[in-house]
Order: sequence, then C-alpha cells, then structure tokens
Amino acid sequence: MTWSVSARGAQQPDNTAFTQQRLPAWQPLLSAGITLPLFFCAGLAFIGLGLGLFYSSNGIKELEYDYTGNPGTGNCTLCATEGQGRAPPPNCSCAWYFSLPELFPGPVYLYYELSNFYQNNRRYGVSRDDAQLSGLASALRHPANECAPYQISATGLPIAPCGAIANSLFNDTFTLWHQRLPGGPYVEVPLDRTAIAWWTDYHVKFRNPPLVNGSLKLAFSGTAPPPNWHRPVYELSPDPNNTGFINQDFVVWMRTAALPTFRKLYARIRQGNYSAGLPRGAYIVNITYNYPVRSFGGHKLIIFSNISWMGGKNPFLGIAYLVVGSLCILMGFVMLVVYIRYQDQDDDDNDDE
Amino acid sequence: MSLNEREDEDKHTEDKERILMANDRKFNALFDYPDNSIKTSKYSLFNFLPMNLFEQFQRLANAYFLVLLFLQLIPQISSLAWYTTVIPLIVVLSITGVKDAIDDVKRHQSDKQVNNRSVLVLVDGRVEEDKWMNVQVGDIIKLENDHPVTADVLLLSSSEPYGLAYIETADLDGETNLKVKQAISVTSDMEDNLELLSAFNGEIRCEPPNNKLDKFSGILNYLGVNYFLDHDRLLLRGCIIRNTDWCYGLVIYTGPDTKLMQNGGKSTFKRTHIDHLMNVLVVWIFLVLGAMCLLLSIGHGIWESNKGYFFQEFLPWQHYIASSTTSSALVFWSYFIVLNTMVPISLYVSVEIIRLGNSYYINWDRQMFYAPKNTPAQARTTTLNEELGQVKYVFSDKTGTLTENVMIFNKCSINGKTYGYSYDANGQCVPVSLNNKVDFSYNHLADPKFSFYDNTLVEAVKSEDHFVCLFFRCLSLCHTVMSEEKVEGKLVYQAQSPDEGALVTATRNFGFVFCSRTSETITVIEMGETRVYQLLAILDFSNERKRMSVVVRTPEDRVMLFCKGADTILYELLHPSCASLSEVTMDHLDLLGATAIEDKLQIGVPETIVTLSKAKIKVWVLTGDKQETAVNIAYSCRIFKDEMDEVFMVEGTDQETVLQELRTARKKMKPESLLESDPINICLARKPKMPFRVIDEAPNGDYGLVINGYSLAYALEGNMELELLRTACMCKGVICCRMTPLQKTQVVDLVKRYKKVVTLAIGDGANDIGMIKAAHIGVGISGHEGMQAMLNSDFSFCQFRYLQRLLLVHGRWSYNRMCKFLSYFFYKNFAFTLVHFWYAFYNGFSAQTVYDTWFITCYNLVYTSLPVLGLSLFEKDVNETCSLCYPELYEPGQHNLYFNKKEFLKCLVHGIYSSCVLFFVPMGTIFNSERSDGKDISDYQSFSLLVQSTLIWVMTMQIALRTNTWTMISHAFTWGSLGLYFCILLFLCSDGLCLMFPSTFYFLGVTRNNLKQPQMWLCLILSTVLCVIPVIGYNFLKPLLWPINVDKVLERIHFCLKHPLPLPVQAKIKHPGLRRSAYAFSHKQGFGDLITSGKTMKSSAFKTSKRPL
Repeated sequence: MTWSVSARGAQQPDNTAFTQQRLPAWQPLLSAGITLPLFFCAGLAFIGLGLGLFYSSNGIKELEYDYTGNPGTGNCTLCATEGQGRAPPPNCSCAWYFSLPELFPGPVYLYYELSNFYQNNRRYGVSRDDAQLSGLASALRHPANECAPYQISATGLPIAPCGAIANSLFNDTFTLWHQRLPGGPYVEVPLDRTAIAWWTDYHVKFRNPPLVNGSLKLAFSGTAPPPNWHRPVYELSPDPNNTGFINQDFVVWMRTAALPTFRKLYARIRQGNYSAGLPRGAYIVNITYNYPVRSFGGHKLIIFSNISWMGGKNPFLGIAYLVVGSLCILMGFVMLVVYIRYQDQDDDDNDDE
Repeated sequence: MSLNEREDEDKHTEDKERILMANDRKFNALFDYPDNSIKTSKYSLFNFLPMNLFEQFQRLANAYFLVLLFLQLIPQISSLAWYTTVIPLIVVLSITGVKDAIDDVKRHQSDKQVNNRSVLVLVDGRVEEDKWMNVQVGDIIKLENDHPVTADVLLLSSSEPYGLAYIETADLDGETNLKVKQAISVTSDMEDNLELLSAFNGEIRCEPPNNKLDKFSGILNYLGVNYFLDHDRLLLRGCIIRNTDWCYGLVIYTGPDTKLMQNGGKSTFKRTHIDHLMNVLVVWIFLVLGAMCLLLSIGHGIWESNKGYFFQEFLPWQHYIASSTTSSALVFWSYFIVLNTMVPISLYVSVEIIRLGNSYYINWDRQMFYAPKNTPAQARTTTLNEELGQVKYVFSDKTGTLTENVMIFNKCSINGKTYGYSYDANGQCVPVSLNNKVDFSYNHLADPKFSFYDNTLVEAVKSEDHFVCLFFRCLSLCHTVMSEEKVEGKLVYQAQSPDEGALVTATRNFGFVFCSRTSETITVIEMGETRVYQLLAILDFSNERKRMSVVVRTPEDRVMLFCKGADTILYELLHPSCASLSEVTMDHLDLLGATAIEDKLQIGVPETIVTLSKAKIKVWVLTGDKQETAVNIAYSCRIFKDEMDEVFMVEGTDQETVLQELRTARKKMKPESLLESDPINICLARKPKMPFRVIDEAPNGDYGLVINGYSLAYALEGNMELELLRTACMCKGVICCRMTPLQKTQVVDLVKRYKKVVTLAIGDGANDIGMIKAAHIGVGISGHEGMQAMLNSDFSFCQFRYLQRLLLVHGRWSYNRMCKFLSYFFYKNFAFTLVHFWYAFYNGFSAQTVYDTWFITCYNLVYTSLPVLGLSLFEKDVNETCSLCYPELYEPGQHNLYFNKKEFLKCLVHGIYSSCVLFFVPMGTIFNSERSDGKDISDYQSFSLLVQSTLIWVMTMQIALRTNTWTMISHAFTWGSLGLYFCILLFLCSDGLCLMFPSTFYFLGVTRNNLKQPQMWLCLILSTVLCVIPVIGYNFLKPLLWPINVDKVLERIHFCLKHPLPLPVQAKIKHPGLRRSAYAFSHKQGFGDLITSGKTMKSSAFKTSKRPL
C-alpha cells in the first residue's frame, strides 16, 4: 500500500508548532540522580508494604479438612468407596470432628475447596447459556448450542439450566454442631447461606424466567433438570428468593474459577452466639457426601477462615512485595557501584583526552 | 525457423500494424480503435468493494487473518469469538479502503475533467467544437496556442513557417524547454485551408501503440506517394502547444493508446531494509507460533489422557473426539487462533500511517522550503522515511546539484585585457557589491536580472573598441539560441544549455542584442543599429568537437567564421601569433577573447558535506564533467581536503593499467589488504556465487580517489569491480568524472550490491535518473534542468544543503521513531499473547484465553494504538539543533543498531518476561483468595479483568519509559488511552449492555466488584513495577557497561541541556576561492540542425523581423 502525499503547488508551509515539530514538550531524563533514589525509595516502600501485608495475612486463621475420603484419611473413606463407580452415588454421610482450644475470631466463613477440578477448561467454561440464566423465556426453551451435550435431555426436553457447569453443581452439604462443654449436647451452629454470591450476580445477572400464574414451577414446565441433578431447579430451596436460577449456591457455582484449585463460599457464621466467632469447644461438621471427585483425582476440602481488611489468607502478595522491595534495593546498590566505577573511568578517559 | 513460422510472424506483424485514413470515420471504425476518453480510475461504484477487497486480500497479512477468520468459524476448533478477528480486520481494511476510494474519486474527477475538455474538430469542412472524448482516430483537429494536445496527432500544418510547431513536454518528461516538431511539406502546404484539409485523404500505416516517447515510424500514403513519418512529426498527448498560433493534426492514437497513457501505471516499488526485516520477523513469529501450538497441543494430548479422560464425568468429550490424539490435533488449531495476536494485525497499517505522518513533516518543513522558487521539499515516496536515517553512501551529481547551475557571465578577457573586477572611483579593486553594479539603462533591451560590476567594459563598448565589439559580435552570432518576444520589447531566450544562455544574455546587455533568426539570417541590434547577418553555416556543438562555429556574411559583405568552445580544444586551433585579427586563415583561428562563466556552488554545500562526513556518510561525486572541474569542485566543497594524505588518480586507458592503479592505491592505504590472509581475499578465494557483503576496511589515513569514465569502463568489468569497490570504499571522498548515465547507475548498483548499506543518489538532470532509481533513496533537486530527475525521485527539494536536514533531522527521527515503534509493537503483542501460553498449563491446555474476547478485539485497535502512534509521530530523543550539531548521532542508523534481529530477540525475551509477570503475579494474588466480605474472587472473570488491567498499566508505563518527549498530544494519547480503557471496561461490564446481550457481554459487574478490592490494586502496582524496574535498570546500566559511541554524545547533550552553555557553534567553513578554471561547455547539442534544415524549405519572412526598431 502506498499513500500519496500531494504537495504540488504548495506554497510555503504553515509555521505552526505542529508542522514544524516544535510542540512544547517536557523531556524528563532518568539520570542517576533520579534513578538511584527511585530504586531505594521504591524498595523501602515495597518492603514496608510487604511487611504489613505479610503480617495481616499471617494473622488470619484457617482451619481446613480434606474429606475426599482417600483411604486412611478419616471417616469419609467409607462414603468414598461406597460411591465408587455408582451413578448416582447413594446418599452417604460422614463427619469431621475437631475442637477449638480457643475462640476462632469471627466473622467466620465456611468454604469448600475443590482441587484438580478444571472449571477453567475452555469447553467447560463455555458450556452455559447466559441468556437462559438471565431469565430470557426464549432461551429457556432453546438453550444455546454451547451447552451440548447438556442442551436437550434424553427425553427431548430443553435442559434448564443447561450446560456442563450447571450439571456439575456441587451438591455436598454441611451442618456444623458445637459442643460447648465436654460431654454436653451438640448444638447446631446456624449457617447463614444467604448473601454468599456477588451482589451483582444475585440481583442483576441471574434471574428466574417470568413466573407463570405466580408459579416458578410452571415457568419451568417443559424443561428438564440437568442429568446429574436429583431435583429440578425450582426446588433447589424452599425460599422463593433463593430458588431457581437465583439460588445462591448455584450462582456461586456458576461463577467459574480461574484455576483448577478453587474455593467457594458455602456459608457465613455470624448469627446469635457465633457472631464474634466460633467459641472454644468440640465441633462436628456433618457432611452429606454426594459429590464424586476421586474418579479424576480431585480433592474436596472444608475450610473455616476469617478475614482481614484485605481479604482472606493469602501470603503471596506480602512475600512478593518483600522480595521485590529487596530486589529493588539490591539492584540499586549494584547500579550505584557500577555507576561510581564507570563514572570514574569516564572521568579518567576524559582527563586523558 | 521454418517457413510456416515465418509466415505466421509476418501475419502477426501485419495484424499489429495500424492503418487509418484521414477524414474517413467509416473506414477507421473497421478497426475498433478506442475513443479518446481515458480512464485512470481503478474502480466504479459497483465493483469497488469486490475489487478493492480482492486486492487487499492479496497482501499476506490480510490473507492470513482471513484464513484465521475461517478457522474461527469452525465450531470444533473455534476458541475465540469470530468478532475478535473480524472487527480489527474490518478496521484495517476500511482504513486502506477509504484511502483507495479517496484516491480513486480524485482520479474519476480528473478523468471527467479531461474527457470533457473541448477541442476543435474538422467536420464536413467546418471546424466544430467537441469534447475530447469524442475525438476519433483519423479526425483532423485544430490545436491552438497554449492548449494541451488532445491525442497523439500527426502534425499536418501550422501557423509557423516550414510547418514548425513548438511544444512543451513538461507533463510528459518534465523538460520545460521548448521542442520543435515539423510537418512534412506535402501536408504543411495545406496550411489552414479547410477545403484542402477536409479533402485530405491520406492513408497512414504505422506501428501499433507503444510507450516509447521518442520513437515513431509510419508511412503516409497520399496521392499515391509514400512519405516516411518519424517522431518529429508527432505531437504527443500531454504536450502543450507554445509559440504557435494554430496547427492542424491528424489523430493517430487515441485515449488509452496514446504514448502518455501507455507510459503510465508502472512504477517500481522500493522497499526499505526495515520492510525486509519485518517480513523476516513475521516469518520467525510464524515459526514460534507453530512451535508453541505444537507444544501446547502435545500438552493437551497428555492432559486429556491423564486427566481429561477421567474428568469426563463432568466434562464429557465431544462425540467426534475418539481419543486424546484427535483432541490434541484440534487444539493445535484452537491455539493457532488464540495465539494469532503474535502476528500483529495492525502492524502494517500502523507502519504506513507513521511513514505517512513523517513524510508530511518533510513537506511541512519550512527550513527545507526554498523561497526564491516557492518550492517546499516534497516526499514523493512515503514508504522510505526510516531509511533516510540509515544512509551510508551519498552519490551526488555535480552540476546543478552541488552547484547552482546558474551560469553567470563573470569575467572576460578581450585582447589580453581582463574585465570583470570591480573598481571604485580611484581605480582600486573593491569587493563586489550592489553599489558598483553596472547601469545598463542605456540599453532598453537589457535583461534586468543580469548584473556586472566592471564599468570599464561598458566604457569599452561605448567607445566602440574594435576588439570588444568583435568579441561581443562573436558571442551574439555564434550560438543556437532561439528568441521569442512574448511581450512587446521583452525578449526571451530559449537556450539548450545554460552556458549559452548566459553568454547571449550578457552580450545582449552590453548592447549586442540578438533579436531573431531565420534559417538564413541572424538579426542583431548592435548598439541600437539593426544588422542582418547572412548565416552561411552552423557547425553545432557536439560532445566530441566541444566547440561550435558559425560562418556569416556581414552586412559589409565580409565572410567571417566565429568559433567558440572549450579552452583546451581551441588552444590547438589558434594561430601561433594571435596579434593580428585581420589574418584569418583556414588552419588557424585568432583569439578574440575568453569568457569566464561562473557556476557558483550552492549555498551551504561545503558545510553540508562536512556535516555529512562527520556523520560517517561517504559522499561520492559522479559527474559527466571533466576531471579538472570535478576535482576543483571537490576541493571547494570539502570532499577533498588539502590535509588529505593523498588523492589517487585512476586514468588508465587499458585494463592492466587501471588494475595496477587501483592496487597501488589500495596498497598504500592498507598494505595488508593485498595479502592472502585478508578476510575479504579469503572470502573471494572461495568464489561465492551470491553477492556477499564486503566488510568495511579501515585505511591508514585520509585518502581521496579520482577516476574517470574511460578507466571506470574497465573497472566496472566483472572481475575488476571488487577491486574498484574496495579501493574506493577506503577513500574518504571519491570523484568519478566523465561518467555516462549508465555508469552512474552501475557505480550505485555496485556499492548497493556488495556493501549492503543504504545508498542515496541525488541529482537534478535527466542523466541522473538512472542512479536515482537505482539507489535505495533517490533525491531530486528541482533545478534548472527540467523536472525529470525530480519526477523520478523519492524526495525532492531545491537546494543540496537541505540534504543534511533531510538525513540528520528527518531521517534520524524517522528511523528512531520507526525502531521504537517496532520494538514496542512486537513487545506489546508478545506480552499480550504469551500470557495465554502460561495459562495453558493451568487449564488443561484447552485453548482457554486469559482475556475477555472484547479485550482481545480492542487491544491493538483501541487501547494501545494511540500511545504508540503518538510515540512514533512526536518522539524526539534530541532536538534538531543537536541532531545537526552532533552528526555522530546519525551513526546508529547506519549500522541499524536500534532495530535488528538482536533487538527483536530482546523484545521477545522482554515480552516473555512481562507475560510471566502478567500471569503469575495475578495468579498468586487471586489463588484461593477472598474479598474482605468473604466472597471469593478467584473466579475466571476477575482473574481475566485483573490480568488485562495490569497489562494495560504495564503497557502504558512501558511506553511512558520509551517516550523522551512529552508533548501535550503524547500526554493525551498515553493517559487518555488508559482512561479510555477503564471507561470502556465499565461500559462493557455495565448492567444495561450485559442484560441486553447476555450471551455476548457476560462480564456483568466484574469491574465494580474488582476495582474496589485493595489486593487487585496491590497486584497491579506490583506487576507494573516488576515489569518496569528491569527496563529502567537496563537503560541505566547499558550506556555504562556496553556503551556505543552515541551514548557519550547523548550524555554530553543532556549535560549541556541541563547546564545551558552555548552549544558548540559549527565552524563556518571559509569558502576557498573557486579554483574552477575549466570551461564547462554545453553538453547538449543545440538547435543547429533545425536552423539549417529550414533552408531546404520555403522561405518566408519572420514575424519578428517586423518589430519596430
């Protein structure tokens, strides 16, 4: 391609700063006087910040338990072996016993963690129909092709919610029991299962299809639940504000993870006696073991954690800041040494000249 | 050849012959000649889209993205939405398309305007006005003064005597001097008799249309007699009729068949080194891309068999996937799509825009505007800018390029007395100034532009000194100048060479006014008295004879021979005793006098050459002039210096001598270069087939070389050319004289071929066209020798001294900008794309992209395009004053230090590093992490948003680091783009948009949720710093640890800028007195032939002779 510049017959060019390339300009120069202090200051700032981050992350308490049920890892082994190779796996319960010697300061959050689970696989990630999930009636009946093979059920009905993500909805459930005094009764700790999804997801992005005669069931009539589900989507919860596509567990699940190991919020513990945290004592987590992960080498974990001003426990940022800060200072020193040596040499050279 | 074949061939040529009959449209219609409308436009309204698209998709890059688009449409491998490719492609195609369309509309308009011009056509014995496009072959048309010629027509008759018609061919070949065409006598007798013209029924057989401007052959059969026709009878379309009131012509070629149209349309494209490099790099990128795709697809195969197979409970394989091998084959193409941004779609279009912008700067530069001619510099080719910053060899013409080619009659010597020095009232020699300019007011025919400073000559003329008068009489008679009187009393001379014009003009001012000539007479007004000389003979100037003579019979009935010519030639012809003028013999001429014509060096030439040589640019002068002149000029414009160790002369007239002379010179400069251990000799001994690169050799001092054309003919022969090249390249300055245009081209080509460096040829005349076209960059000086050189050049301006500005300022900036642009552009795409590669290891090699599809669509097009354009249009590392004061700054371009394969690899490594940071830091940040309200943010969309925001920040910082000059526009572009990114991001994640198109925009609320989180910003800062710190460190340490020459200069400049001291003033080079003594005589043959040829024809009085005296 060529561009033609036609200047024939042109008179004297305009005398503007632009055409004469004389636009007023600021010409900063990264001289030694700026660069070296910059490195040292940045290094110090980073180390300071890193220390703060590191300590605040370290201050966060976490308690986790792998209940995958691999042989010899506790009482979920039974459930794991029972469910092996059976689809759907039978209902099975197991429990995790633990005790807290002191208060686990609140607010406490209960997470489940899956590993080796590729929610970020491209084919998995696209296997959903956002139009359907946003409550579009037409999309409800005609799920997107990306949902295949979970687009149309064996009986020929459109699947709602369609796709591999919805089909693989995590369906283990947990209840938490607290024994305040040894030998005493176990009291169920209230788990707040509301508001665990992003506000925007729950209120804006996910919507149920328009009710038919005031009934969500009728709205979903003519659709089939995903094959792995035991109950239809409109029966996910008895609470009308937490069922259908706006079921919070479902919404959380549908926000697919970026990495093959991920945590998702299960519940918040913030009610009654437990608003300040989990008091000391013995605890049982009763687990309904439904979700198969052992076939593909996955793990399931249950985690109690509390939160600081900058979120959950994640030492990465603190350490990274410390490392980068130290590197800056180290590099600053190297540069200083080189600068002094070569500056001298330059001066010598100049003198020689 | 068999008989059959020969017959076929005969038939073939017969078919190709053009037959036409004057005034017989019916007969001519049998041959289906095209009408006279022309069509230079390419497209019409209907075929624009398909044709333009077809043309654009022939370009490799566009074709690649089209293929990519088709791949994306295959659902089995499509890993990116189709619009990620379509939108950028449409933008790129439409930018080019719009530009093509604008060009074509202009062509349509000009076609329409040309086709609708009116012309007088002879129809049924009457002259009627018609449109150009309706003119047919065989029509007779009437052309009037100052009108353009309608088609290629055979001149039948004209208002001028002998059927002459004068034309100007500026549009055709750029020459502005008049040319003469002459009708054959049988037709010119018809004059403007319409009856005769209408009855004219000559039949013409001529050659088929071709593009040779100076060739035509045909036969006119009229009344049974054959007349031979050649190109002197043909008026070509595009010429303009001058000095001819009217003429009639027979249309022979029309419209697309005309020589003008046959010549159009083919131009050779010059490609820059960077272009070639870019193509190589794109191939490299393809290889890297292929390797990565292969690696990832292997990874995918392994993952699918180890993990994916078992994960089928939640993610079953598609029904068409039989095994992990099939899957990995498909994923190869999926990754091919995902990683396609390695090959930057907007690279080529951006490069074009940048070059265009930098070309405009050249056009706009007021310091390259030449006020006396009202001509700005002009970038005629807009694709070579950065190469201006890499020039190593400059080949310059002499006359008109280094010198002004304005011949000034400066001094003369008559009868042993020298005139031309300026004297004051006391008879003291004083420097020339306007005050002592000679007053020519006594002569109303004087040319006011002529100035002379010696009154003694005028007095001598006035006192009718015999020798002085004879001297001027000689000058007013012995020439081939044509005169015309455009305005009453104002003579305009048309001279074939500026020397001749200068002499005749000077003579005119002193009172010997050449008025007019016929083929038999010359009319001169001598001091107010009209004298008519009988012209008996003209022996015109030729390059061999180097002189011209006239024989005239004076009004007093004396026969005199006047001769003028080059000094060396005339010396031989002179009478040994030149004392007596009455003694005119056949063998010996008598010396009347000598003239000194000065062709001044252009202003600033020595300074420019010194600056260029400081910039390590070698200047070679290639001239047709003689050796003495060329060497003198070389000294005066500082190509040769007195302090040089030696100037070698190569003047051998046979191969042996030339070889010997070259070898001797080389032995002196670098004795070891003749040894067999010399690397070049070793290389030569291997007899490589391909031209290899001859490395630079350092001589042991400063040398110059002069070689003349005869020797050069031997030196340019096969095995000698390397000898010549090696010897010449070791010299500081090289002068080649007595060169033919072809030799100029050969020399340029030789250097180009073996040195593999950028060459620039600069010249002003038609004899420079060859080298202008051959060199990487051709510069035309729009001077006095027509516009042909300029029309064939890539850049043109009026003065040689603008060359230093073109190279050291514009060229250097363009090169630096282009290099900065390229290294940033490749880097930004590597950093952008390679993130996908790292992510592959965490998502089962499933061709999952890290970014949102809209981000991928907009990245090159919207988010990062303006800052990089700003950088490459406004960046200046040092200002123009420094560029000119420190020519050393030019050197990195010559060695292509700022962007080469090594720099590209640095970009690649830097890109890999940045992509690592860009992937792993955000990954560490979001891994199992929660927000301060306990909700998780390790989801894919948050991660994606985090990485892309970080990327944009890093890219902004990188470009900020590369920007040395922050204009308001740079600020606006850089920070504006960053702001724009966040605006677009908010828009793309807004509720309204996402709810309207839930399947296309599905990042609802991600911006709001994430940008509130402190760890997101902490991650952003960390990544940005991690990406920027090494660059700052590298930039800091590089000039200290691995300094190149420029670094010290830059340091000094920065020091000077900080501590303002007066910049070292460029030493004004004293103009050494011009030593040029030789007589540079006309190189072109004059009008002699034409003048004498008129004799054979009818004689009629010239109109000019009726002028009142």
